[in-house]
Parts: sequence; C-alpha cells; structure tokens
Amino acid sequence: MSEVSSRPGAAASPGPLQHHFADLKQQKAAASLGMWVFIAQEVLFFGGLFATYTVYRMTYPEAFSAGSQHLSWKIGFFNTLVLIASSLTMAMGVHSAALGRAKRIVAWLLATIFLGSLFLGVKYFEYEEKIAPCFGLGAGPGCLVPGERFDASVLHVAVDMAPQTQIFYSLYFAMTGLHALHMIIGIPIILWIAHAAWRGRYSAEWHTPVEIVGLYWHFVDIIWIFLFPLLYLIGTH
Amino acid sequence: MSDHIVSWKVYVAVFLALGVLTVLTVVAASYDFGRLNLILALGIAITKATLVVLYFMHARYAGGLTGIVIAAAAAFFFILVFLTLSDYTTRSWSLTGY
Repeated sequence: MSEVSSRPGAAASPGPLQHHFADLKQQKAAASLGMWVFIAQEVLFFGGLFATYTVYRMTYPEAFSAGSQHLSWKIGFFNTLVLIASSLTMAMGVHSAALGRAKRIVAWLLATIFLGSLFLGVKYFEYEEKIAPCFGLGAGPGCLVPGERFDASVLHVAVDMAPQTQIFYSLYFAMTGLHALHMIIGIPIILWIAHAAWRGRYSAEWHTPVEIVGLYWHFVDIIWIFLFPLLYLIGTH
Repeated sequence: MSDHIVSWKVYVAVFLALGVLTVLTVVAASYDFGRLNLILALGIAITKATLVVLYFMHARYAGGLTGIVIAAAAAFFFILVFLTLSDYTTRSWSLTGY
C-alpha cells in the first residue's frame, strides 16, 4: 500500500492500477496478451475434437452424412444468426466501454446475455429431442445418444452403418456440449462484468475486463462458426 | 496497444457480412459439388472467423505480440491435424482405406 500512495499523483484510493504494473497501458497489454494465450490454448483444446472429427469423417463419410441429414439445418442456421448477433452486441459493449459510457455497457452486455441464453434455450430443445426418447420420454423421433439405446432406424441407414453413425453423434454431443459449456461459463462472467460496469468501475481509460470477456465470447462464436457447417451441413440438403 | 476506437458502423458491417456468409454456406450446402462442398464450407467458415478475429476481437489494431500468439495457435492446430492425418492416411491397415 505504501508503494501505491508514494507514486506521484496517486489518490487515496488505489484505483484500477495494480502495484506490479508501471501504468494502465502496461497492465492492459499484459492482461490482453494473457487472454490471447488462453485462447491459443483453447484452440488446441477444441483442436483435439476437430482432429478426431476429421479422421472419422474421412473414414465414414456416408455415416457422417446420414447423421448430419437428421440434424435440423434450420435450427443450426437460426442459432448461428443468434450467436453472431450476440457477438455484435458484445462488440458494441466493448465499444461503449472505450467511450466511457457505463450505462450503455450494461445494456449491451445484458443484450449479449439474452442472445446467449436464447442460443442455449434452442440447444436445450435440440438435445431434449435426442435424449428424452432414450428414457421413454418426450416426443422426439428416437434415441440418438450413443450407447445401447441408440436408435439408428431414425436415421434410415443400413444396420451395419449404425455403429458408425454413433461415432457422428458422439462427436456431435462432445463438440456442441463443450461449446455450450463455454457459453454456460461465459454468461455469469458477463453478468459479473455488467454488474461492475453498473457500479461505475470502468472508464474510457480502464475497461480491460470488458475487452477480455469480449475476446472470450467472440472466441466461442468462432468455434460455432466451424461447428455449424461441419455438423449440420454435410451432404446435400 | 493504444486504444483504437472504431466506428460502430464497422461492427454492424461485419455483422451483416457474417450473416450473408452464413446464408451463403447454407446455400452452398444445398448443391452437390462433390469434394468442393467441404472446401467451400471451410473457406466460408475461415473467412467468417478471420472477420471476427480482425474486427470484433480488434486483432487488426493490436500489437505484433498478439499476432504472434494468433499465428502460434494456428500453427499448432495445423501440426495437430496434419501429423494426425499423415499417420492415419499412410497406414497399411488404415481405417480410412487409403
């Protein structure tokens, strides 16, 4: 604390500058770089699934096509638009932060949370239709969770192709599930940042947390940009 | 790393471009171009991702260090996929039948 107060021009309140940084510019550069390195790690985290997907799609192209045909491209298309719209509202939130308009940050972040929740809500019904029939519930056409109860007849494929379509649905649930998990983690963080913005914690000079949560959200959007054509649009629709 | 404030119109333009490219990827999937379908789908997705990285994530206005991290992420992802495929596609008992 003595270091903070001994710095020339430092007020009684320590402000956003942490004592181990020389100035806010350096603090911001370090924080942004850290987030980019985290995102690079995330690329490889999802990368393992994308590599697995590539190998199995090359191996079983017909089964992947059959599995994909059953997914509703209209729902995937709608959710893609919802997610890119949420990226726009997030970008506008960061923009408002750079201009120092706290109330607008809150409004844009809440819009982002709304759109993210809408995406997850749609995803819930997509999952429900595939999972509920495994337990004799719901009105879905059949169980599509890989395992003993997997119902390949829904996909209109030959019996010997059934295990291969299970691989497609394993990857479908793993990839969209990991993506959805990232959104489920992201939404409370955005809410937290919105709350801090509401309390006037950010200014034109210091709003790095808003920028960093923005980087995370846009990254999650990018993953979906690849998942949509790779899962929903295989084979002629 | 100085703050580069872009007009909000840039964000709206990027959003509209992303929307148009999403429609394009659905339209492209409705035709049978053979192997070209996958190339088109990935080409459009990479274009959309690049727009998001450059404009929404401000990579275009960030320092060179950010560029190095992005290039490193792309390079390591390439190594991951390329080496995996170079293995799977060259085995005599290959799953892929090549």
